[in-house]
Amino acid sequence: MENRIETHPVLGEIQKGKRVTFTYNDRELEGYEGEPIAAALKSAGVMVHRYTKKEHKPRGIFCAIGRCTDCVMVVDGKPNVRTCVTPLAAGMKVQTQYGVSDKPFEEQDRA
Amino acid sequence: MNKVNDRSRDIGKFIPAEDDGRIICRCEEITKGEIRKAVHEGMFTLTEIRRYLRTGMGLCQGQTCAKLVKSIVAAELHVSPAELEPATSRVPMRPIEMRILGNEAKGGDLNE
Amino acid sequence: MKRYDLIIVGAGPSGLSAAIEAAKRGLKVVVFDENEKPGGQLFKQIHKFFGSKEHKAKIRGFVIGQQLLEEAEAAGVKTVLNATVIGLYQDREVVVKIGEEVRHYKGDSIIIATGAAENMVTFDGWTLPGVIGAGAAQTMMNLHGVKPGEKILMLGSGNVGLVVSFQLMQCGCEVVALVDAAPKVGGYGVHAAKVARMGVPFYLSHTIVRAEGEECVTGVTIAEVDNNFKFIPGTEKHFDVDTICLAVGLSPMSQLLKMAGCDMEDNPRRGGQVPICDSCGRTSLPGVFVAGDVSGIEEASSAMIEGRMAGIAAAEYLGFIEKKELEAELLSLDAALDGLRRGMFAPENRGKNITETEEHIPVSENLLKHGYVTDEEITRFPGFTHAVGVHPVMECTQNIPCNPCQDACPKGCIRIGEKITSLPSVNPESDCIGCGMCVASCSGQAIFLVDETFEDGYASVTIPYEFLPLPAAGTRGTALGRNGQKVCDAEVISVKSVPAYDKTNLLTMKVPVDYADKARFFVQEQV
Repeated sequence: MENRIETHPVLGEIQKGKRVTFTYNDRELEGYEGEPIAAALKSAGVMVHRYTKKEHKPRGIFCAIGRCTDCVMVVDGKPNVRTCVTPLAAGMKVQTQYGVSDKPFEEQDRA
Repeated sequence: MNKVNDRSRDIGKFIPAEDDGRIICRCEEITKGEIRKAVHEGMFTLTEIRRYLRTGMGLCQGQTCAKLVKSIVAAELHVSPAELEPATSRVPMRPIEMRILGNEAKGGDLNE
Repeated sequence: MKRYDLIIVGAGPSGLSAAIEAAKRGLKVVVFDENEKPGGQLFKQIHKFFGSKEHKAKIRGFVIGQQLLEEAEAAGVKTVLNATVIGLYQDREVVVKIGEEVRHYKGDSIIIATGAAENMVTFDGWTLPGVIGAGAAQTMMNLHGVKPGEKILMLGSGNVGLVVSFQLMQCGCEVVALVDAAPKVGGYGVHAAKVARMGVPFYLSHTIVRAEGEECVTGVTIAEVDNNFKFIPGTEKHFDVDTICLAVGLSPMSQLLKMAGCDMEDNPRRGGQVPICDSCGRTSLPGVFVAGDVSGIEEASSAMIEGRMAGIAAAEYLGFIEKKELEAELLSLDAALDGLRRGMFAPENRGKNITETEEHIPVSENLLKHGYVTDEEITRFPGFTHAVGVHPVMECTQNIPCNPCQDACPKGCIRIGEKITSLPSVNPESDCIGCGMCVASCSGQAIFLVDETFEDGYASVTIPYEFLPLPAAGTRGTALGRNGQKVCDAEVISVKSVPAYDKTNLLTMKVPVDYADKARFFVQEQV
């Protein structure tokens, strides 16, 4: 898969969990069980995790260790989930976060 | 009275700058210009800035911007960042859901 | 509420080291860490560490992490993961979020070993996806096996920026430039040299003007800065990149101590807000100790020693050992720590302009400006010698606390001497057998084996090589110089990978004899 390091000159074969599928917005993606959601998204080429509340600007992975909270998304209906430290599980529903919602801003305005 | 808290001190006028629109607090989307202006509006301490603008009050709790805000405020006050008292540290140190914060465990034994 | 003799916050190198020493002395110890896995940042450190044997030199960071975990388990240390300490109150009460609950613990003594957080700089576009911390890059590639990007610009020439740049290339990313606003490379010269010889250009006195892109990073513009760090118009340079990596220093994560009322100071030499503490980590609060980066930014090697000191000091505080034992232990640990704090990069030398080595050799100015020692400069250093037959060439030009090469040679060819920071030199009485142990043992990858009499008109040059795929013998390619530019065509004679080399493969290439002093890297492409 794209962006994955298959064998590493120092670390050798990268140990991974079971291959699982999950949904990202309307797409079905694959990743490895137990790896951070952000790692699975990154390997699939997903860069934008959310759009900010005030300025509607894109954000993605920044610190990757759960500190900066920039990579939060709506996971299984729950907003503000730090995808860089939340393990991926089969069947997870991962959605782009708009402000604190899974609905794009236009739809939020209508509501 | 220390230099930082001396409100009678003349720190000059707010002069707009090219990078005033740049986001400093990533969580609350507070810009450099807003922080600089706040100093000229009388917010000299980091705690005041925090309450006034919400810098460092968002999801990450100032993990990323604390040092950046400090250096901007210091520059505006013409003091070294080391002279500014950091904002108060208090529980909870990390973002936590209210239902968990309110869910105190009985006893204290770890589940072995 | 549960009571422990010692509660440690943070299961990184210092916290684990403290736990081991305290548990060995009979204390009931618990370590809380907010992460899913213990070891702090050690498991992302895939390079070999500097220092001497007592500092675990030439062992890779993640292996040291594994060793610490094993030691901690054998000592009976209890480590609780996914346990976030959210508060530290009076009388050493610790509040921890574990799972869906908040729990209270009481420690008769406490060691805060929370480490550090990355500093950030701002520029237009710095919030775009694709701008990441250097720690994020390490986490993605070395823990999760995912490439952080394809084409990357690194900001920061300290050891983190240099080491992470090299690691990015090890996992197949391209580093298009290494940029720093400072006028000189901040990290070890040997780390810079291994990046420069792969062709990465260094832009000192430069910084980022803007990150470009709508939804994510598609490019970056840098420009030169003057002495006041202001951009010089007309010096802009653009690079097409998908990732910008920030390695601009660390700050101690000391908020818990401030919360508890510990006496603090803002000390730029220690990296920011730090607790005021003595040499074994005692703070102003009785029974509360600190260890590692939280009390001042240093290397993991120092953090481990500080941790041991704090662990033993906690044991003495609670009466598990006599004061005499503490003093004896501190004496030897102090000496070990002192060794790491020597040389050009010692805390006392920060910000100083060092112009010559301890041996009174002028330092390489080019190394500080462009990341590599020039062909002319290298000849003045003691490790650079010529001899008949195979022999080591040591391109170690700065006084840093490191000496594994001296112990690695079975024939005693390499001398550093009593002073750990001395530059290595060749012992003329000893005969090199070409075993390559020195090449593999050098954490800075600065030792080469050269044989100017290999074949008529040709020399052999053996280089450390930690990349995939490994070229087969007979592969023709290009030899690069210290500056990363083509020197000559080269042919691979052999690639040796034995367990004793610990993943540092030894690639031997054949080059025309005139280039024996210049060829320092090999690429498979014909350039």
